[in-house]
Amino acid sequence: MYTFSNRLRITSFILMIVGVLGIGYGFLSAPSTIEEAKAIVASTQAHHAGGHEQAHDSAAHHENTTAQTDAHADDHAAHDAHTLSKLQNRPWSAFLIAAFFFFMLSVGALVFYAVQHVAQAGWSPVLFRIMEGVTAYLVPGAIILYVFYVLTAGFHMNHMYIWMDSDIMAADKILQLKSGYLNIPFFLIRSLLFLGGWCFYRYYVVKQSRLQDEAEDYTPYKKIFKSSVFFLLFFFVTESVMAWDWFMGLEPHWYSTLFAWYIFASMFVSGVTVIAMVLVYLKSKGLVDFVNDSHLHDLGKYIFGLSIFWSYLWFGQFMLIWYANIPEESAYFMTRVEHYGIVFFGMLVLNFVFPFLMLMNTDFKRRGWFIIMTGVVVLIGHYMDVFQWVMPSTVGELWSFGIPEISSVLFFLGLFIFVTFNAIAKMPSLLEKRNPLIEESKHFHY
Amino acid sequence: MASHYEAPIREPLVTGEKSYHDVTVDIAAPVEGRANKLWWIAFSIALVAFLWGIGCIIYTVSTGIGVWGLNKTIGWAWDITNFVWWVGIGHAGTLISAVLLLFRQKWRMAVNRSAEAMTIFSVVQAGLFPIIHMGRPWLAYWVLPIPNQFGSLWVNFNSPLLWDVFAISTYLSVSLVFWWTGLLPDFAMLRDRAVKPFQKKIYSLLSFGWTGRAKDWQRFEEVSLVLAGLATPLVLSVHTIVSFDFATSVVAGWHSTIYPPYFVAGAIFSGFAMVLTLLIIMRKVSNLEAYITRVHIEYMNKVILLTGGVVSVAYITEFFIAWYSGTNYEDYTYLSIGAATGPYWWAFWALIICNFIVPQTLWVKKLRRNFTWSFIVSIIINIGMWFERFDIIVINLSKGHLPSSWSMFSPTFVDVGIYLGTIGFFFVLFLLYARTFPVIAQAEIKTILKSSGERYKRMRDVEGKSIAGAAADPRTSNYSGTNTNSSDQATK
Repeated sequence: MYTFSNRLRITSFILMIVGVLGIGYGFLSAPSTIEEAKAIVASTQAHHAGGHEQAHDSAAHHENTTAQTDAHADDHAAHDAHTLSKLQNRPWSAFLIAAFFFFMLSVGALVFYAVQHVAQAGWSPVLFRIMEGVTAYLVPGAIILYVFYVLTAGFHMNHMYIWMDSDIMAADKILQLKSGYLNIPFFLIRSLLFLGGWCFYRYYVVKQSRLQDEAEDYTPYKKIFKSSVFFLLFFFVTESVMAWDWFMGLEPHWYSTLFAWYIFASMFVSGVTVIAMVLVYLKSKGLVDFVNDSHLHDLGKYIFGLSIFWSYLWFGQFMLIWYANIPEESAYFMTRVEHYGIVFFGMLVLNFVFPFLMLMNTDFKRRGWFIIMTGVVVLIGHYMDVFQWVMPSTVGELWSFGIPEISSVLFFLGLFIFVTFNAIAKMPSLLEKRNPLIEESKHFHY
Repeated sequence: MASHYEAPIREPLVTGEKSYHDVTVDIAAPVEGRANKLWWIAFSIALVAFLWGIGCIIYTVSTGIGVWGLNKTIGWAWDITNFVWWVGIGHAGTLISAVLLLFRQKWRMAVNRSAEAMTIFSVVQAGLFPIIHMGRPWLAYWVLPIPNQFGSLWVNFNSPLLWDVFAISTYLSVSLVFWWTGLLPDFAMLRDRAVKPFQKKIYSLLSFGWTGRAKDWQRFEEVSLVLAGLATPLVLSVHTIVSFDFATSVVAGWHSTIYPPYFVAGAIFSGFAMVLTLLIIMRKVSNLEAYITRVHIEYMNKVILLTGGVVSVAYITEFFIAWYSGTNYEDYTYLSIGAATGPYWWAFWALIICNFIVPQTLWVKKLRRNFTWSFIVSIIINIGMWFERFDIIVINLSKGHLPSSWSMFSPTFVDVGIYLGTIGFFFVLFLLYARTFPVIAQAEIKTILKSSGERYKRMRDVEGKSIAGAAADPRTSNYSGTNTNSSDQATK
């Protein structure tokens, strides 16, 4: 039985309040006219003259090479309007990145939960309640994202998805070909469908899991098993749609068949990492004594293995596009390599090299503080990953990491902590009673 | 793992009243007995096919690649189709022995030995094609980066065909070592049982003096785990590299980033199908029904269902992105309306029916637990996965960027002959293996006998008795173990 500690509750509230203020500041300080936008660009360039000069040079160089074909490079008015919309996108993008990042933690955990049920894993049932706690964030996270997309698509409050702009659509022949898929009503219906489906599964299994505690037979358990199988089937298809809609759609001229699976790898590894971190926290409070270091070891192995899996997919996608270098595909990585080098390649260190070296050793994987330390790095790395899915497409070279980004993270971090631990505190117990595999799990030693 | 406790809901993995000794006897029987007529018939057919294949290979190499059905547009067809097909089949072996070991799947123990043998024999078949499809195979050693008298003329490390060389040769070597390590205790068992001096000598050599000391076992386990940890990324990367042969190109339909994981999933899909094909027969002819049970078949069918699902989602993705890309070159790729209605419509639909529609029947529990149906489905998948590779290679090449180069492909008898020859060679090796090697890892089966054997599960779960000493052989032990409870003995 867990009681939500006051300290943690207050911390989460402070994070949320600070976050809201910062998010508000981000929106207020975004330019509303072209003059303001120019002033912002000028002041940031003056600010860090050295670093940005260089970036500007390479940007100019890039533009020179494409200048012949790119008629609008000369068109100053259009360029200024473009700058304005990019700067206006920044607080929205910062919001989306953080909102999705924390949402994907709970989705990743939910998928892991379903996989454990379907695989009839004998080691993990003692962790099911913790997983249910982490997935509690699914519903608020989904609502926030859906509201965000209604504001974006339905009310045109930002310019993140250029295909949602009817003027651009009218001028762009390639996008017109895709309008059967890329249109606002269909987009909103799709998002509602998969968000609703995932939330429904979560609601259903948690309910059955509570019923199983009191049941005389294994009927609820069997229902969980069946629904998990169908959820995984549904998820695998809808996750692809989500990735195409929300992230590939940010750059609607670009396409990559691997993209959806790559996004999934990020979601999955982050979800498992959060489960392990919440576990270590609860263990440190002495609340989950039935969980031993073998369970932690297994989670550590998943973080290790899935980090490598993520790197494999990252490499697969990047290398194939780099190798063939077909212009319409490599344009996507041009922006990322030129203007986001530190994020784009830096995340490889955090998401691959670091967990690879840290979690290789068996003894290390069994230490709580080691899991926390690696977990924090892995989560930062995957935040960077989400960052580079969104920012280069919406804000481009005018990005920076400041108040809007940090505040969004703080707000959602606070909300995530609050929702998760609130849900864990409301659970009747932290150990399932009549799961048929619970005994195996309690005696698990590796 | 340490305790013998297992949840009652788990199905037994060894059926019947087997003791440790029974396991040994059952597994050694095919090796110690004599081949029957059926074996000789099968072996002769396989050998004839193999010899015919050798004839076709010699004819190709001595006459020229022109004896195949290739043309200037379609420079890869049956050769690389068969190569990818065989490599794919080989992947299930490593998956079963390595990935399922990492996931602590006890059911793998009855199937891993044969699956690994299948890996090695099919990688050998696959390895033939990169050599024989060369125009000048006698210069094949030029692919190796060895110092030479051409001013140290080197290979270009940018080609995925060169990566293939490294991938396949590493894969074969590691699989072989992994397989052989696991065989040591089992060869030792055959050595200890052998009564004829010649057999004794052979199995003594093969078992490397294994004596089964505690320290040996400890290291054995560690090595297995490390090798499994290495073989898992290896198996993923090998088929990934095979997929790079296509995906790094700029051919429409080939250049697709999903190829690496999708090829791997397809490899597991087809590999498991082949394992099923072989084991459903083997459990019958070698009397191993107690070890390769219905539940093993069901689990393998579930893996097929899973990987078939992954492959299907990849098909949908390919189809969708081909449309979404807005590139009209994608109109003729292997998963497009153009392919479904074009001259290769039959190959397209063979792929859809064999890989997508038929395996979906495995969702029905009755069907995936049915030996006959599983066997039929496994054959259909093998055919379907051959068509997948054929479609990827030939359909995508047949209608490229330039309509004036559009072409069709039809194989000659040499193309077909070599393919049949590799199937023959595969079965020659596999049939020899089945008569000389312990086809089930008896040492491993013995580790799960008490936790997952039907008899012991019943004693523990239903009758509530202790299983201590229950597997002792009454002829060698005076412990009457069976059906006794330690507390009973104390009261006696």
